[in-house]
Amino acid sequence: MDPFFLSRLQFALTIAFHYLFPPISIGLGLLLVIMEGIYLKTKNKLYHQMTRFWVKIFGLVFALGVATGIVMEFQFGTNWSTYSRFVGDVFGSALAAEGIFAFFLESGFLAILLFGWNKVKPRTHFLSTIMVCFGAHFSAVWIIVANSWQQTPAGHHIVNTALGTRAEIVDFWQMVLSPSTLDRLTHTLMGAWQTGAFFVISVSAWYLLKRKHVEFAKAGIKIALVLAVTASMLQLVTGHSSAVTVSETQPAKLAAMEAHYDEFAPADLYLFGWVNNKQQKVQLSIRMPGMLSFLVHGKTSEPVKGLNAFPEDERPPVNIVFQAYHIMVSTGLFLILISWTGLFLWWRGRLFNIRWLLWVYVFTVLGPQVANQVGWMTAEIGRQPWIVYGLLKTDDAFSPVLNGGEVLTSIFMFGFIYFLLFALFIFLLNQKIQHGPEVEEQIEEGHIA
Amino acid sequence: MNLVFDLNTIWFFLVGLLLTGYAILDGFDLGIGALHLFTKTDHDRRVMLNSIGPIWDGNEVWLVTGGGALFAAFPEVYATAFSGFYMAFMLLLFSLIFRAVAIDFRSKQIYPLWRKIWDISFCVSSILASLLIGTALGNIARGVTLNDKHEYTGTFWNILHPYALLVGLFVVALFMMHGALFGIIKTEGMLQKQLQKLFSKTFILFVIGYMVITIATFLFAKNLTEHFKASPFLIVFPLLNVLTIANIYWQNKRGKELAAFFSSCATILLLMFIFGLGIYPDMLYSYNNPENTLNIYNAASSQKTLRIMLTIAMIGMPFVIMYTSTIFWIFRGKVKLDSHSY
Ligand code: HDD
Ligand code: HEM
Ligand code: HEM
Repeated sequence: MDPFFLSRLQFALTIAFHYLFPPISIGLGLLLVIMEGIYLKTKNKLYHQMTRFWVKIFGLVFALGVATGIVMEFQFGTNWSTYSRFVGDVFGSALAAEGIFAFFLESGFLAILLFGWNKVKPRTHFLSTIMVCFGAHFSAVWIIVANSWQQTPAGHHIVNTALGTRAEIVDFWQMVLSPSTLDRLTHTLMGAWQTGAFFVISVSAWYLLKRKHVEFAKAGIKIALVLAVTASMLQLVTGHSSAVTVSETQPAKLAAMEAHYDEFAPADLYLFGWVNNKQQKVQLSIRMPGMLSFLVHGKTSEPVKGLNAFPEDERPPVNIVFQAYHIMVSTGLFLILISWTGLFLWWRGRLFNIRWLLWVYVFTVLGPQVANQVGWMTAEIGRQPWIVYGLLKTDDAFSPVLNGGEVLTSIFMFGFIYFLLFALFIFLLNQKIQHGPEVEEQIEEGHIA
Repeated sequence: MNLVFDLNTIWFFLVGLLLTGYAILDGFDLGIGALHLFTKTDHDRRVMLNSIGPIWDGNEVWLVTGGGALFAAFPEVYATAFSGFYMAFMLLLFSLIFRAVAIDFRSKQIYPLWRKIWDISFCVSSILASLLIGTALGNIARGVTLNDKHEYTGTFWNILHPYALLVGLFVVALFMMHGALFGIIKTEGMLQKQLQKLFSKTFILFVIGYMVITIATFLFAKNLTEHFKASPFLIVFPLLNVLTIANIYWQNKRGKELAAFFSSCATILLLMFIFGLGIYPDMLYSYNNPENTLNIYNAASSQKTLRIMLTIAMIGMPFVIMYTSTIFWIFRGKVKLDSHSY
């Protein structure tokens, strides 16, 4: 088997799996701060119970985030050595900064969050919760910086060394604030907030349906719903802004996202469709005339660059990027609708009585997860064939020393282990949810934590 | 020996320091893991786990950050070592995953079989991780085969050279001893007595290993001993090391648990320092053709990046040391199980 193809598969598999957990940690981390903050302010036991319950779930999610994150850290070296040699000067700093600024913070204070309830004062505990939340957000910052640089390189120059060429930093802040950093950061963070918010909403809705822990669930839904509405609205703003940036910095990606082949005005926007790349047509589609021009330029009369403006070997695969992008946008719109519906019904005092809506909420936990995954597929597959946009092609980035057998073995191992971990994660998560929040803290031997 | 204090050298020692921090801190938790199956009752095993419960994750971050710093400061070494030792690093990753999950999952169910499976995973993955880390060090000490593109030309089996494996076993013994000392601080009663016994046994293994490795280094890793031949005063470090090792035994004997543990930390620090002095300024020595050796100059990032990174490290490291010590302080003392424990 071709070790290069397998390396791509392995990267996609491992990062997609890693990215199931951090968004929950980031979003739930923020919710924990809110919950514990309310508790300290009101001294209402309900919020104490709530914080404790969600801290336990946070611990479980975090453990998986860590276990899968370590893999990511080293995979650049194992499978992408040529890439690592090329980007190390620029990219390495961001990754090292992540360790120094974010991971230490998060893992240190997590200890107090999880185990320190009886060891420190309530205020110190709250401070640790805040620090963990910061830590989770910082982890996202630095890795997004690294990724954004590879999407829209800036602040570097290309240097010839004895062994080839590589990118070196010229201006650190320009590298950090590359043209897509802020859009990507705000957009992924909002995605993470949505992930956390709908996670809490889902579990709470389920309790309401089962008529268990009713007060606990109602209070939880309200907090999470406010976050869900806020983040979903901001998601539209940051998503739009990301798309505009893509149109400026990576026009081939934008063209693939909308299957836009020829440059003309007004350019249309598809609601959905199926791309026939050979005939350069979108079939089974519904489209909004002129909307693409309007979204990108603010007026319908301006043309948008199409795929045919790029040489054949510099176009990303179109249909998959198109589909991924459209699934994300539809999910995003759905999440806005569903969160506003909840807010409206809460205001009318009917939120907790509409069973079908609560059922929808139970399943909405999947929405942000799906959007996160396909969002990254849009960004990463849309970047192809470049690994570092305009500078290094993915085909030239692998570790030349690998052989297919080794990578096949490691993929099988990852596949097996991740499958196992996922099954156990769901099993334990389910058990914690079934068990529900502790009423009276019991300290006894063999007690299930 | 001429040590030039330029940025490259500083980064050589800083990366070394991060990895030494890892060896000292995760060393005792890997050791606790390796000793885990020697304890028998469920209560004892939970105490073992919870002795490292709040800190193991933070300890592992030293590896993550050390890896990141290596990537940033010496990308050529990062790229060559990780792609060259592919299977070995994959195995290390798998064992770290299993370890993390075993610690977290073990006590979440009461079924004996469930707990047994995770106990075994915890122990085996801890031993395997220590062995692989040691083997990697052994290979770096001995050197590897590289071509003129800085790519590794050996195979997986070359990594398993007897010298490298010997260093691997030595590291397992070292971590077990170090873990036993940590365990003695955190436990009381019968379990503590048992750990005392385990300490005595692993200490003997460690001392034997130390002597064997010293001899083997003169035979198999000659390049490592050159500095010491050229500048005999450097011998003070190995001598100091012998003193710290003797001090471990002595302090433990007079019941100074903490002092014994700190001596063991100092031993690891010195071992790493001697290792660093030995290889400096090379990072991956190429024994098939010394011209292909990766050293702190031809493998490094630009001076500008090294300077930026130094700023990052100077801002960040004081915080890291602050939280690490705060956490250790908050969770000091003997392990008490409660409803938040693993
Ligand atoms: C809850 C998750 C979520 C939701 C609801 C949305 N997105 Fe998104 N999107 C992401 C989560 C995400 C992401 C996973 O965070 C990505 C992947 C890479 C990135 O920058 O963010 C992403 C990427 C991404 C990109 C590509 C950026 C690039 O290639 O550089 C664009 C243009 C959009 N999004 C636009 C939108 C629009 C217009 C949405 C409509 C509401 C939307 N997203 C909803
Ligand atoms: C290829 C890219 C990535 C690498 C190399 C990477 C690396 C890591 C590592 C090493 C850890 C474990 C840290 C520890 O031991 O405490 C981790 C956890 C984490 N990562 Fe990633 N990561 C990547 C992608 C991402 C992305 C895209 C995000 C967010 C947008 C993210 C957010 C986090 C967070 C919040 C954690 C903490 C654990 C958790 O909360 O689940 N990571 N990552
Ligand atoms: C966390 C969410 C992410 C997801 C789900 C994701 C997804 C993917 C996918 C599906 C691919 C394969 C594309 C292909 O081969 O056609 C890929 C490739 C890659 N991604 Fe990401 N990615 C994520 C984040 C990151 C981050 C944060 C970085 C860097 C800091 C990164 C760097 C890369 C690299 C180096 C490749 C391999 C080269 C390539 O195939 O383009 N990714 N990613």
